[in-house]
Amino acid sequence: MIEFDIEKTLQSVGRSRDSFALQMQTKLDGGAFVALFGRSGSGKTTLLRILAGLTKPDAGRIVVNGEVWFDAQNKIDLPPQRRSIGFMFQDYALFPNLSVRDNVGYALGPHDKAWLNELLAMTGLEDLRQRFPDSLSGGQKQRVALVRAIARKPQLLLLDEPLSALDIDMRVQLQEQLIHLQQRLGFTALMVSHDLGEVFKLAQHVLRLEHGKLAQSGTPAQVFLSARHAGKLNVRAQVLDIRREDVINVLSLLIGAEIVDVIASDDEVRNLKPGDLVTISAKAFSPLIFR
Amino acid sequence: MNADSLGSVFDWEPLWLTFKLALVTTSVLLVIGVPLAYWIAYTRTRIKPVIETLISMPLVLPPSVLGFYLLLAFSPRYAFGQWLQDWFHLQLVFSFSGLVIGSVIFSMPFMVQSVQSGFQSLPVNLLEASRTLGKSDWHTLFRVLLPNMRPALLTGAVLSFAHSIGEFGVVMMIGGNIPGVTRVASLAIFDEVESSHYAAANRYAAVLFVVSFTILFAVYLLNRRRGRAV
Repeated sequence: MIEFDIEKTLQSVGRSRDSFALQMQTKLDGGAFVALFGRSGSGKTTLLRILAGLTKPDAGRIVVNGEVWFDAQNKIDLPPQRRSIGFMFQDYALFPNLSVRDNVGYALGPHDKAWLNELLAMTGLEDLRQRFPDSLSGGQKQRVALVRAIARKPQLLLLDEPLSALDIDMRVQLQEQLIHLQQRLGFTALMVSHDLGEVFKLAQHVLRLEHGKLAQSGTPAQVFLSARHAGKLNVRAQVLDIRREDVINVLSLLIGAEIVDVIASDDEVRNLKPGDLVTISAKAFSPLIFR
Repeated sequence: MNADSLGSVFDWEPLWLTFKLALVTTSVLLVIGVPLAYWIAYTRTRIKPVIETLISMPLVLPPSVLGFYLLLAFSPRYAFGQWLQDWFHLQLVFSFSGLVIGSVIFSMPFMVQSVQSGFQSLPVNLLEASRTLGKSDWHTLFRVLLPNMRPALLTGAVLSFAHSIGEFGVVMMIGGNIPGVTRVASLAIFDEVESSHYAAANRYAAVLFVVSFTILFAVYLLNRRRGRAV
């Protein structure tokens, strides 16, 4: 069980120099996979850093499995070294001077050799063990960073957009690996993610942050499939082209990586121009589903 | 090596002394300059600009000014020098140890600034990642930070070494030009010129020129190759 109740004044990034308060109180079940969802600048990364002990909150308390990690009133603030955490940084933060094997084994002692070898084998890093970070692809770097973060068998795994910048195949592969590792090691995971598919796939629980406050908390379905969209298929799309054909308008839309033509009325296209972002909504009864 | 083995005209002692001074100075600077640069690079103290200014002072100050104050400080006629003499039986003025101290202070900016910018060019994430992996900052310094900034360390060491070879003003003020103790090559050149021994002066000067050129050239070559490799 992970409980925290923290407060921290943050400077917002960007042109407006106003500050806002990160203020959150919640409990996470031990062994759960939790996603942190929200716009950039809503305090997600800061929350991870506070839990890791890399950023000090102004006030509050953090208790992990009965151990107090931070308590502003009693002046308790465990340094990151003494918290049972794994932290996967957005830019991986691999040590350039160490091989893949030494990066993963960095946190391990000389007695953990068997575990290190098992870990490398389990995550398919064995062939890369002698390679250095500079010679790895983005996907490989992310895998090494993930494995390094869990090598110490932490109680709490903190992931800052772990699988961004991966193509879809690699993403799925790493997601499977993450699920497998969590089942095996039983850590609690807190993951920042912008990818809804990923959140649905990995997380049992979602915390949605808005401007430093907890806006919603629940299962992915509870948070994202709210009543007003029930029964409708909503898709964000970008307008590529608007053509007039006979009596109808044809809109070419970019949805993800696919281009789709839809028919639109005069009213609908009146204020549209190529480049606009639109939401298209369709009835979701009995669609055809393929694999 | 002494004068007898190489002919009575040319005395190798000043050159040997010069390189000994440069080597000792550089070693001392590595030991104290790296922690100092680390502290400056990561500290948030408000007096940081004051410290940085003090360390950079030798870059703009005439060496004779520094030498003058060190002379006063080391002299047993004044409080600090007296204290050193009474408590440690240490006389720094007109001694090799005194030269080392003066030289260390004088070459400090070359070491500290190179190493400091080395630290600052590393991603902060490396230090933080190491902390989240349970390692002390001390461990991180030696296992991660320093190995990833070897060019900066090399540059700092070489500049300090080369700069110590070129020392004149400070050495002149606090060394006293004692043969075999504090008479380094740059002073020997001055002496030889004063007594119109241009040939001897030229030999010292040529050796210093060639050695300095070789050292600096080697560093630029190394850094260039490293730059290409990455």
